[in-house]
Amino acid sequence: MICETVMFDGHGGDPIEGYAARSLDAAPRGGVVVIHHMPGYDRGTKEITRRFGAEGYNAVCPNLYWREAPGAAPDDAAAAARAAGGVPDERLVGDVKGAMAYLNGLPNSNGTTATIGFCSGGRQSWLANGSLPLTAAIVCYGAFIIGDTPEGLPPRPSLGHLAASMSGPLLGLWGNDDTFPPPADVDTLEQLLKDAGKAYEFHRYDGAGHAFFAVDRASYRPEAAVDGWEKVLTFLAAQLGS
Amino acid sequence: MCTYQTELLEVVGSGKGPQQWMRFTDASVYVDHPVHAMAGHTLNIDLRDPAQGPSARVAIELHPQAARALAEAIIRSLASVPPEVLAEH
Repeated sequence: MICETVMFDGHGGDPIEGYAARSLDAAPRGGVVVIHHMPGYDRGTKEITRRFGAEGYNAVCPNLYWREAPGAAPDDAAAAARAAGGVPDERLVGDVKGAMAYLNGLPNSNGTTATIGFCSGGRQSWLANGSLPLTAAIVCYGAFIIGDTPEGLPPRPSLGHLAASMSGPLLGLWGNDDTFPPPADVDTLEQLLKDAGKAYEFHRYDGAGHAFFAVDRASYRPEAAVDGWEKVLTFLAAQLGS
Repeated sequence: MCTYQTELLEVVGSGKGPQQWMRFTDASVYVDHPVHAMAGHTLNIDLRDPAQGPSARVAIELHPQAARALAEAIIRSLASVPPEVLAEH
């Protein structure tokens, strides 16, 4: 496995940076696009990317804030991107499309690609799977996929309608103590996928709230996180064939 | 959750980062996940000079009670001096 910083074309043909963890073995394998959370292209997200590399996948995490802050520290870049209004949905789709092209262009690609995203990245993983020809997608406690944003927060476009256009099967991992998204929203998302006849797999964890995968946060719930990782790897093995 | 909500304002002043003093022209204020503080959400303040690039920033992450106490202390301090002192600026 090699871990390196790479450049590829994102939305609108803009060159953007990505953090790649990929196999040097020639045997064909699937690719994983890791969508970072709002705090940015940080150490934790790169660690997740390396884990997929260590599991035998080709993985890349696009730096969604490259345009606002090329080369800056991840926390400074996140602050600059926030001040600039955040990442528009259309740009996210274009950047994930570029990351998919990077993965599919690797000599040992088997042509399959999945996304995974946490928190805001979970919403964006849903968005990508409803907009791009992905093989599969994983959503970890994505907030504001549907429903009204609370008073005082800038409204995010509801993405419920994308349930009907999901490209690949979707794995959703949720904490029952989460308030964004609340369990009722998870129920609605499940119903939308069911009504659309889409393949999905949801797992909900008692005693876990938002960000239960985050190992360096007080929100970390080892039992949910360990089980969640098993679900993620089992799902990817079935969908990506490696 | 990632709140997306951000208060943006122009500011005049200076602060000291790890290297040196710097002028601030802009501030972002928001509640969201911290980078360093051990809490689910904190009140975060970025004091910035965007003209000098994204790294020209002093960042603060405060627990909500601490943020309120600080805000109240700021207001009390400003109210405790004669108005003519503040009018100098």
